[in-house]
Amino acid sequence: MQIPASFDYVRASTVDDALALLDRHGPESRVVAGGHSLLPMMKLRLARPEWLIDINELYELDYVLRDGNTLRVGAMTRHATLLASPEIFRLFPIVADAERVIADPTVRNRGTIGGSLCQADPAEDLSTVCKVLRAEAVIRGPGGERVLSMDDFHRGAYETAVAHNELLCEVRFPIRPRSGSAYEKVERRVGDWAVVAAGAAISLAADGTMDDVAIGLTAVGVAGTVTEAEDLLRGRHPQEDLFLEAGRLAALASKPIADQRGPIDYKRHLADELTRRVLRRAAARAAEAQEG
Amino acid sequence: MTIIEERAANPAAGDDDRPIGYGRIQRKEDPRFVRGKGHYVDDIVLPGMLHGAILRSPVAHARIVSIDTSAALAHPGVVAVITGQDLLGLKLAWAPTLSADVQAVLATDKVRFQGQEVAFVVAEDRYAARDALELIEVDYDVLPPVIDVRKALDPGAPVIRDDIEGRTDNHIFDWEAGDAAETDAVFASADVVVSQEMVYPRVHPAPMETCGAVADFEPIEGALTLYETSQAPHAHRTLFAIVSGIPEHKIRIVSPDIGGGFGNKVGIYPGYILAVVGSIVTGRPVKWMEDRSENLMSTSFARDYIMQGEIAATKDGRILAVRSTVLADHGAFNATAQPSKYPAGFFHIFTGSYDLQAAHCKVTGVYTNKAPGGVAYACSFRVTEAVYLVERLVDMLARKLEMDPAELRLKNLIKPEQFPYKNKTGWEYDSGNYEQALRKSMQMAGYDELRREQQEKRDRGELMGIGISFFTETVGAGPRKHMDIVGLGMADGAELRIHPTGKAVVRISVQSQGQGHETTFAQIVAEELGIPPEDIDVVHGDTDQTPFGLGTYGSRSTPVSGAAVALVARKVREKAKFIAAAMLETRPEDLEWEKGRWFVKGDPSVGKTMAEIAMGAHGTVTLPEGIDGNLDAEVTYDPPNLTFPFGAYICVVDVDPGTGHVTVRRFIAVDDCGTRINPMIIEGQVHGGLTDGVGMALMQFIEFDAEGNNLGGTFMDYLIPTALEVPDWETGFTVTPSPHHPIGAKGIGESATVGSPPAIVNAVVDALAPFGITHMDMPCTPARVWEAMQGRPRPPI
Repeated sequence: MQIPASFDYVRASTVDDALALLDRHGPESRVVAGGHSLLPMMKLRLARPEWLIDINELYELDYVLRDGNTLRVGAMTRHATLLASPEIFRLFPIVADAERVIADPTVRNRGTIGGSLCQADPAEDLSTVCKVLRAEAVIRGPGGERVLSMDDFHRGAYETAVAHNELLCEVRFPIRPRSGSAYEKVERRVGDWAVVAAGAAISLAADGTMDDVAIGLTAVGVAGTVTEAEDLLRGRHPQEDLFLEAGRLAALASKPIADQRGPIDYKRHLADELTRRVLRRAAARAAEAQEG
Repeated sequence: MTIIEERAANPAAGDDDRPIGYGRIQRKEDPRFVRGKGHYVDDIVLPGMLHGAILRSPVAHARIVSIDTSAALAHPGVVAVITGQDLLGLKLAWAPTLSADVQAVLATDKVRFQGQEVAFVVAEDRYAARDALELIEVDYDVLPPVIDVRKALDPGAPVIRDDIEGRTDNHIFDWEAGDAAETDAVFASADVVVSQEMVYPRVHPAPMETCGAVADFEPIEGALTLYETSQAPHAHRTLFAIVSGIPEHKIRIVSPDIGGGFGNKVGIYPGYILAVVGSIVTGRPVKWMEDRSENLMSTSFARDYIMQGEIAATKDGRILAVRSTVLADHGAFNATAQPSKYPAGFFHIFTGSYDLQAAHCKVTGVYTNKAPGGVAYACSFRVTEAVYLVERLVDMLARKLEMDPAELRLKNLIKPEQFPYKNKTGWEYDSGNYEQALRKSMQMAGYDELRREQQEKRDRGELMGIGISFFTETVGAGPRKHMDIVGLGMADGAELRIHPTGKAVVRISVQSQGQGHETTFAQIVAEELGIPPEDIDVVHGDTDQTPFGLGTYGSRSTPVSGAAVALVARKVREKAKFIAAAMLETRPEDLEWEKGRWFVKGDPSVGKTMAEIAMGAHGTVTLPEGIDGNLDAEVTYDPPNLTFPFGAYICVVDVDPGTGHVTVRRFIAVDDCGTRINPMIIEGQVHGGLTDGVGMALMQFIEFDAEGNNLGGTFMDYLIPTALEVPDWETGFTVTPSPHHPIGAKGIGESATVGSPPAIVNAVVDALAPFGITHMDMPCTPARVWEAMQGRPRPPI
């Protein structure tokens, strides 16, 4: 049994309670949701919080709601809930694609969307998904609520805009007509971190051209989305030669590092290969949505 | 004699629900496991028990300048802190290994691998013990490490084992088998020779339960009770007696429920010894239970062989000879667990299942700054490496000759009439019908249809591979005249008692880590005596309760201990005849046996069941002269030869041409382990071993960086396959009993682990044939497969 360093534990009952506890216990306190990243890090003594504030009883943050042209997802919504939601599957098939390859059922039963985003692991799938869907993060703190784009939310590997006394409460996904999205990951084994993954979302204009395209890459050091490729595609009809070029641009934009999952050239190749694949699938899904 | 059986579509169909003897019955031990009522070492709580934790070296090679334990000793709850210097005084700083070397219990002079034991904290609870580790200050003078095994013998290489007087290099042993000159001559005249360097990377058994111990030294009696995760409690008792000086009759080793061993729990680890020292020093019981990273980083690894292999054949596909030179990385201490005379285990069965004219191998073992071990992970003492080498070579030869790999194997397999078959490196294969097993696997797979499908897919640019391996193992070590471990002959005992009411208890010297001994051995007694398996208790794992024997590893439980159990049951049956004769007032020679009773020849209605005989034995019947008033017996079985299970495996993979990701689509495993005692347990063993094989072939590797940092120290980095990576296994079997074994059983525990990696790699290489690839090393991760597709496959080390 791996044993974490000594820590204190308290259970929050509401968001306000959690914020008060965070404020009281200061920067050495951490919230724990699913705990599948934080607890292993604590057991390896890579993380040593003095206080753990358990937010698993914040049921007020466990919801998937449609609000006009926005889908609002509470930060405590479990991966398993996202995966099981027909509405999400219909509106944002990329979420289902990604959720299917996030860890394993045991982890998905506990892990939350908020936990995934706040952990901000460079190989984390939902961060890419949220960027590609141009989602917004709703953060609450002592000063009230603020809403950030994913680009502003993410500050780099394991860093987000959420201050120590704040809580990510909600993720908002804009619903677009005639859109399709897709995600694909290469991993050595189910539950391993991504070697590389890619996500894409395409919205079609009435004439069938792409009026918005977003391309995101996981685990290859790309902070935002792949704007060079997006610019290339925007306003054009989906077609294979464009996707090929987009893949090439995605590979160029990627800045992978070599590790046990693979060397740099392989990861660049995957950025290319997977970008093409998700663009094709997103385009096909968008076309279906247009017909439907 | 060979019997072919198909597995029925409904696995239960045709099976007796409650066979009195062999058959598909549910495991007797499972009710406690599935209800969470197993009792493992970590479940043991003794009054006043303390907890130990080990400080481990953060670096691979360094001289210890100083160790300051004062802050740790001052930590609340800490009772003792023990260092190597303390152990020197007790003459326990170094302990003998199972391979005629010594291993540091706690480092005194240098640390020699990352994760090596440096200090031991004993505290009131495991949290205090763990926290105190961070308060021990060790000053290391870091030395250049030897990590690249290929450079270990370079003249200027740092000398790792300067603790051994006169040692000036990192060489451990050279060992060879077969006839070099004869082999070279055959190679010189052969039409075709194929050569390949193959790496079998370092992997780890990674049992679900890590290693641990609870030591309870009672100072007044001078008696030690040691609960430990051991695959070989009796051998451990003898070794503890020799090392510690505690008389053997004062030592009791208990190996309770064990959560998997796979060879990981054969050796004696420093942690076990430290728990004992901790108990002696504090006068209280001490529990030590390693965590996952400690298990992965410090306990017995497996494999780590760099094998240069060559195969010679005629141009029409007659295989003539094989030869190999191997560089074996044994880590910082030579602590492999294997029969003394075989420093490379049974690698010399690398002649495989083929009728050859010559063979020769030479293995060189070296020290490196890595964790010690070497023979572990269901490998049958290096048969795993041997089978991988020869099965890859045969596939490469098939490619070179443009022959189908199945056809090439069929042409060269040893024929049934050639058994017992003496191979060119000294083995005598007991029995086999290889062609039948291979043909059966091909039929189950629909081999010709698969080849057609593959061709169609290739035409479309899709990558599908079909891989075959045919393996022969040598297990059930072994005959005392050839085989011992640190001087202990590899025999096993069994004791059987029939209680007055006809219920029985059989005590065995081998120990289960999940193999199902409590069921299998009860079934053996049931088959011999006609007592239902549920009426037979199997006692194992406690040296005070069981006869001496060498333990469970190398698939030896059924071949050795299973034979002992059958023989002890037969001894009881024979004794029962005399008692029955007394009860029936007739002569023993007038009695005839049917399962469960002796009856009078010619008058089956007059007889006595085993229960009646047992009551008679313990009752008032006047017994014949020389017959004791019980129905008990004991035997020790010294196997006359090893047993040679075999099998034919076919693997079908699909490789994603864009990502290099390998999917094992189908796996057909036809095993022949001789007589089958419990088919369900056999299938379970095969399923587990095949899953192990997928792990090794596709994802597992204990890797080190240039400084000697272990990169596989957690389950985040060292990958264990799950149900999601494996197909629905398709198992089949043939039955070719071992002629020298009392019940004809050969052992199954490691067959699938041995046989599956080459089938999978052969399938991957076959899928990559359009790229001109003839070999790639494990693990076939997506990145490594993609590199091979780019024409630059590379060894993992």
